[in-house]
Amino acid sequence: MKIFIVGGSKEVYFLAKAFISRGYDLTIVNENEEFCKRLSRTFKATVVKGDGSKPYMLEDAGIADADMVIALTENDPDNLVVCQIAEKIYGIKKTFAIVNDPENIQIFKQLGVDTVISTTNIISSLIEQRAIVDDIQNLMPIAEDKISLMEVDVAFEHPVRGKKIHEIDFPKDAIISCIVRHQEVIIAKGDTQIMDKDRLVIMSKPKVQSEVLKCIRGRVD
Amino acid sequence: MLNKTEKYVIIVGCGRLGGHLANMLGEGKKNSIVVIDKNEASFERLNASFSGFTIEANALEIEVLKQAKIASADVVVATTNNDNINIMVAQIAKSIFGVNQVVARLTDPSKEKVYSELNIETISPTALSALEFQRIILRK
Repeated sequence: MKIFIVGGSKEVYFLAKAFISRGYDLTIVNENEEFCKRLSRTFKATVVKGDGSKPYMLEDAGIADADMVIALTENDPDNLVVCQIAEKIYGIKKTFAIVNDPENIQIFKQLGVDTVISTTNIISSLIEQRAIVDDIQNLMPIAEDKISLMEVDVAFEHPVRGKKIHEIDFPKDAIISCIVRHQEVIIAKGDTQIMDKDRLVIMSKPKVQSEVLKCIRGRVD
Repeated sequence: MLNKTEKYVIIVGCGRLGGHLANMLGEGKKNSIVVIDKNEASFERLNASFSGFTIEANALEIEVLKQAKIASADVVVATTNNDNINIMVAQIAKSIFGVNQVVARLTDPSKEKVYSELNIETISPTALSALEFQRIILRK
């Protein structure tokens, strides 16, 4: 698979490390000359210094046979243009953009970008959830925020302790997908019993999250 | 009462080009004009007689465009000095708000082919100047 990364700073370094270790063919287009030099010394990747929102620049870098384009610049319009050039001129189906303004997620999708991620959104929802509830260990929005994955620790006084999953009156839009118990992962089935200190991995729609927590802990706060 | 010739025009970017265009279109109060620029000082380029509205904000924010009543605009012109911003504004106007006529300024003519298929008219000052130079040089 041939991947193009346009723009970005530190995250490019770590993405490059991950992609190359998986054996992907990587091309990096970046405007920062020093950064380009460092990347080309470190990685077995094609590194091109230039503005990736210019069609000829992408063409020179060999975008024609890329399978995926990732736009990571700090300017939302630049990322849009990179993805659109890739899609409209070179027919690349998998385009991926980072946006700063969360409202641009919808706009980018309507304008044909395949996958759009808002770091602002992810960070703010993480902080929000953490700030509200201590017992949530991890929270990750997936499928464009339509669903989220969270980890909740069960304590002794929680009403779900000792119950089997089918006995719990769980909201319709949520499911306990698995349970982490003594570092072992148990795939949750109807007759799985929930025990003290279990960590429940729950998939739910965001709007029922508080209901889920109420169900597990018997209180909302 | 609006007469038929009157147009509601939104101009994004009040630089030399945007400002000049706003002044031209605003002459004789034939059209109603809104100019958006994130820098208030840019509006100093407008004539004292300019009777349209100015909005000091980032036109890439949907709220700002809604405030400018973009859905009822006849024409949206994107004239900032950043090609990519112009392209994005133009596409939002066209594809999301369904504005009838959208024109974007494009400094780099190589991007033109991407946008011609999107039904967005582009004007490249670079290409226009080159043509005019060519015409003068070859005229004799």
